[in-house]
Amino acid sequence: MKKRNLVFTVASSLLLATVLMSQTKKPAAPAKTAGATASGGASASITRGKQVYLEQCLACHQVDGAGVQGMNPPLVKTKFVLGDKNTLVKIVLNGMQGVEVEGEEYHGVMAPHSDLTDAQIADVLTYVRNSFGNKAKAVTAAEVKAIRAKNKPA
Amino acid sequence: MNVIARKSLYLAAGLCFAGLVASAGDGGGKKGKEKPAKVSDANTQLKLPSGFSAVTLVDSIGRARHIAVAPNGVVFIRLNRSKGATKGVYRLEDTNGDGKADKITGFGSFFGTGVAIGNGYLYASSDEEVYRFKLDKDYNVVNPDNPEKVVTGLLNRHEHEAKAITLDGKGNLYVNIGAYSNACQLKDRTKGSPGDMPCKILDSAGGIWLFKADKLNQTYGDGVRYATGLRNVVGLDWNKQTNSLFVMQHGRDQLHDLFPDMWDTKQSAELPAECMYELHQGSNCGWPYIFYDQNQHKKILAPEYGGDGKKTGGENAQDPVVAFPGHLAPNGLLFYTGNQFPEKYKNGAFIAFHGSWNRAPEPQAGYFIVFQPFKDGKPSGQWEVFADNFSGGPEKTASGRVMYRPCGLAQAPDGSIYVTDDSKGAIWKISYK
Ligand code: HEC
Repeated sequence: MKKRNLVFTVASSLLLATVLMSQTKKPAAPAKTAGATASGGASASITRGKQVYLEQCLACHQVDGAGVQGMNPPLVKTKFVLGDKNTLVKIVLNGMQGVEVEGEEYHGVMAPHSDLTDAQIADVLTYVRNSFGNKAKAVTAAEVKAIRAKNKPA
Repeated sequence: MNVIARKSLYLAAGLCFAGLVASAGDGGGKKGKEKPAKVSDANTQLKLPSGFSAVTLVDSIGRARHIAVAPNGVVFIRLNRSKGATKGVYRLEDTNGDGKADKITGFGSFFGTGVAIGNGYLYASSDEEVYRFKLDKDYNVVNPDNPEKVVTGLLNRHEHEAKAITLDGKGNLYVNIGAYSNACQLKDRTKGSPGDMPCKILDSAGGIWLFKADKLNQTYGDGVRYATGLRNVVGLDWNKQTNSLFVMQHGRDQLHDLFPDMWDTKQSAELPAECMYELHQGSNCGWPYIFYDQNQHKKILAPEYGGDGKKTGGENAQDPVVAFPGHLAPNGLLFYTGNQFPEKYKNGAFIAFHGSWNRAPEPQAGYFIVFQPFKDGKPSGQWEVFADNFSGGPEKTASGRVMYRPCGLAQAPDGSIYVTDDSKGAIWKISYK
């Protein structure tokens, strides 16, 4: 049981790593030109996303998004934050544990946040991708919906 | 601090700087670009009661966790993994008596928290194992590349994984096995997920396990669950006066995040208490079913187990001997048995609070060393902050973006105490004149 868990973690982190490595990093586009959401565009999404962040993420990733050394990783220009939306949305849906972030280990645990709506996840990720010094394309509710539909429950 | 003391500290800072560049090849880069005169470094950083002063033995050795000092003054520190680090244990010696380590050797390619000296061995834990290295009469390590495995196969699920250890001087080794969970919810840290009843984590974690210090390759089956109901312990020490084990529990997180209707962010920043317990074989401290509320002085039924913030519980769980404010993260505990410090410190407890993160969005707190006076083996009187300003100032404390994070504590043969920092790797020796 224990071993299998470990193998699973290792396997899934390898998988994650491969997914990431096969990503060609696109230059970050300004948020405004990125896929606007149905209700009010990216800047409205960022405003709503900030609220979600304060409620759902701040406790661990902190007000400035810089995380807690050795516990919770920063959300500042990491591969995960700026990278592939599919991986990023799945981190929020499924949680994350035991994966190195930018070469550092973190011992905190991120629980799944699959109870958030598609719009809330899109908003919070759009907020994160355009705060704390990050600049990356917005995430739309439609994208979250599609990723959630294909997401195998953990 | 008077001018002369400050001057000599600056001098010490300069020497320290030079010493580090000369002797410790790795990890010395932190202040490489600053001029020694301006080094607002670890040496001048700490705020201490009058009569006390601090100098650094080293100031950037890596993520220094726990520390043990040999009877001849040789210091051993245990490191957590960090980017680029290759050695998990360091032996530090100040051969010319200037207060700076001038002979530094690293060994052990495994990382972790626990370290202790006893029976002619240096014990060092990883997050799954306890190893030991043979020591010679000068406390040199005889087999740096081939430690023996004393305990193996302990659970490490990357949450509360640090295996803090201590010895009782009677052949016993105590190992913390932290719960891989916040509150034993079926789904860890997930809103709405109920508490597992009974909490199965307690079978293999969430307590202190007892092993033999001189038997190799022990596993769970060879050990005894000495005490249970402890979420996670990092600071622990054998009290020679009471002849018993004292531990500092890290209390649960996220009361507000998980139960916003019962606790607001302010209450959740203070609750629950970080508790000191005196343990005996069979002790149960109540996690996950209860937590200790230091304002109500009560064991409160955990919300995951039907609690509402007022209902009490844990009739069979023991009470803490001291309850500190929430989330301060007690990572080091030391009972002071030296003769150097003023009388009031004798047999009292120093506690290194690593500092909070789970108080956000409220200001963070901690990052200091507290002293709790004891009389006849019992806490007596109010605790006070003993060493402060590890953070670098009140704003840094509040934001949690701090310079140093106190972690390990140990007493030197001359009655000074050592404090480690696991952020940059400063090690202070605090003395009284
Ligand atoms: C209980 C604490 C906690 C909460 C709440 C939390 N996270 Fe995390 N998060 C973590 C931890 C711990 C990890 C990394 C674990 C690891 O390294 O394996 C992580 C990883 C991540 C990562 C990938 C790594 C990185 O730093 O780029 C992202 C992105 C992320 N979280 C976003 C969020 C968002 C968005 C929310 C709110 C919806 C959130 N987290 C809520 C603890 C938390």
